[in-house]
Amino acid sequence: MAAAALRRCLTRRQSIPRVSPLLPLTRLISDSTDPITIETSLPFKPHLIDPPSRSTTTTAAELASFFRTMLLMRRFEIAADSLYKSKLIRGFCHLYDGQEAVAVGMESSLTRRDAIITAYRDHCLYLARGGDPVSAFAELMGRKAGCARGKGGSMHFYKRDANFFGGHGIVGAQVPLGCGVAFAQRYRKEGTVTFDLYGDGAANQGQLFEALNMAALWKLPVVLVCENNHYGMGTAEWKASKSPAYYKRGDYVPGLKVDGMDVLAVKQACKFAKDHVLANGPIILEMDTYRYHGHSMSDPGSTYRTRDEIAGIRQERDPIERVRKLLLAHDFATAQELKDLEKEIRKEVDAAIAKAKESPMPDPSELFTNVYVNDCGLESFGVDRKVVRTVLP
Amino acid sequence: MKLDPTVCVLGEDVGHYGGSYKVTKGLAEMFGDLRVLDTPIAENSFTGMGVGAAMKGLRPVVEGMNMGFLLLAYNQISNNCGMLHYTSGGQFKVPLVIRGPGGVGRQLGAEHSQRLESYFQSIPGLQMVACSTPYNAKGLMKAAIRSENPVVLFEHVLLYNLKEKIPNEEYVLCLEEAEMVRPGEHVTILTYSRMRYHVLQAEKTLVNKGYDPEIIDIRSLKPFDLHTIGNSIKKTHRVLIVEECMRTGGIGASLRSAIIDNFWDYLDAPIMCLSSQDVPTPYAGTLEDATVAQPAQIVAAVEQICQ
Repeated sequence: MAAAALRRCLTRRQSIPRVSPLLPLTRLISDSTDPITIETSLPFKPHLIDPPSRSTTTTAAELASFFRTMLLMRRFEIAADSLYKSKLIRGFCHLYDGQEAVAVGMESSLTRRDAIITAYRDHCLYLARGGDPVSAFAELMGRKAGCARGKGGSMHFYKRDANFFGGHGIVGAQVPLGCGVAFAQRYRKEGTVTFDLYGDGAANQGQLFEALNMAALWKLPVVLVCENNHYGMGTAEWKASKSPAYYKRGDYVPGLKVDGMDVLAVKQACKFAKDHVLANGPIILEMDTYRYHGHSMSDPGSTYRTRDEIAGIRQERDPIERVRKLLLAHDFATAQELKDLEKEIRKEVDAAIAKAKESPMPDPSELFTNVYVNDCGLESFGVDRKVVRTVLP
Repeated sequence: MKLDPTVCVLGEDVGHYGGSYKVTKGLAEMFGDLRVLDTPIAENSFTGMGVGAAMKGLRPVVEGMNMGFLLLAYNQISNNCGMLHYTSGGQFKVPLVIRGPGGVGRQLGAEHSQRLESYFQSIPGLQMVACSTPYNAKGLMKAAIRSENPVVLFEHVLLYNLKEKIPNEEYVLCLEEAEMVRPGEHVTILTYSRMRYHVLQAEKTLVNKGYDPEIIDIRSLKPFDLHTIGNSIKKTHRVLIVEECMRTGGIGASLRSAIIDNFWDYLDAPIMCLSSQDVPTPYAGTLEDATVAQPAQIVAAVEQICQ
């Protein structure tokens, strides 16, 4: 007790700068790297494996960075919502707000040499992998400065240098792709892993079980992560799956059920999973999470679930609020400092949107670029592949 | 596979069994189980795995035991393999080779006698080639592996037993180039894969009757080698397409349309196209023969065009 109080005082003192009282105080959110131990909200539920401990270690700096990144993601998605309603974003737009803890917790347990692949709810995974909000907004608005040059759209965010493999529209099709990436990692003996994300809806795809079988056969370093937000578009999990215990569906593959709204639990589980798959082959992580928005912008999200349910989750389990409470309880920040941070993030996101809007639409010639590498589908080369013989229309 | 450690093979029974048509015989002994990977019967996902591995830097060669089985992998081939380079704005390339035997065999039944070139031809981002001789099979396979684009290499079930002397030295053929089989003056006959041999049979009869056909094996089904084809049409002014694909929506249909768009002024007669009938391939031998174009029909077609 005394030690804790003393520690609190010390951290406070360390962060107060010596400034004249006439000048405004700079932000005092603690960046201490002293380890603290926090219990996860719920125990992990295991399948064919011994679960990791509920005690997680973190630091003030880490918690603060989790808070900041999740806030950025939350603001990004809300801003995308308004942009969609003002018709600057068209087509499909699937928002991730509510699920931020999964992206942030996962990223904190990995290196950029590890790979992540996901489905179409990919904006925040892109940001977690170091994606720039300007290029993300530009891609959503179909502009040249977009991360896929305006040619992919909301469902096709990729970042090759961060080993982020997208961004896929067809439900479940990314699961074998992720196993293929893990195959290449094993083939080249890289010692890295792939986190292969899919949803509760995709969990019933045959290709998932096909890929899981192969991953287990060849001990591929792949972690299959089921982001279970309990609704596959408008269909509740119990209406679509005979067994909604997705972490057990791997049968011979071990699994773990994790509270996906608790960023520290996610981080703990992902670290555990990474170590496991490097030695033993695949594992399934089921993240129990929730999306506040509907499936996409065309779905109000209230015809198949009650407003009370959504409000209840927001009240009890919101990932950002949980971290806010931790920061306040451990005196790593004051409520005002966190509010100021929110304002700062809001400005940052607005500035990113403004910058993205400046980018022009892609050139008409971009219609035909990147169909092939070297575009040889449009030009017929000679045998030496250097002389252009014919240009097709 | 000796030259480049990133080249690997994936497919059913390609390793220890040596391949259902012996194409990969001996490779597993030489390169090991990881490089010549025996997959379970899961075309959709192992094709998807091939695409993912290609995105991560390997150069996989995926085998469909029979091309027809790759219909199960159509989503992966179309949406992921073909389109990823474009939708990622050029970030990821997919240097994958998808190969396998297809075509009408000897009474194999409808489901094992499919010609997928017509189904795949609209997929943007794919290249398609069809080999027909041991010489061009080796050269096109090497070119396909070296290509940065996804390539579908169509082999034919009946052509695996052909024997030919091929050079010992390294050679790589051009994926986009057609092959001049027999130069001539009267009519351009465009064909590919097994139909090349029906055309060559018809050629004997045609030459006896005094015709001089120019025979081109188009090899590249997507994109078409309009340079070679165009030069030929400018010379002969008459075109006959002989293909094993179905009439509706086949390679011949697209080729006809490309020729009309580009070389209309050079044509002296309507383009004729001999394709397979729009029916599932029957089991009975006589009926099966009637589904594909036979040498007698080719001769009759040439006589009609050259009137």
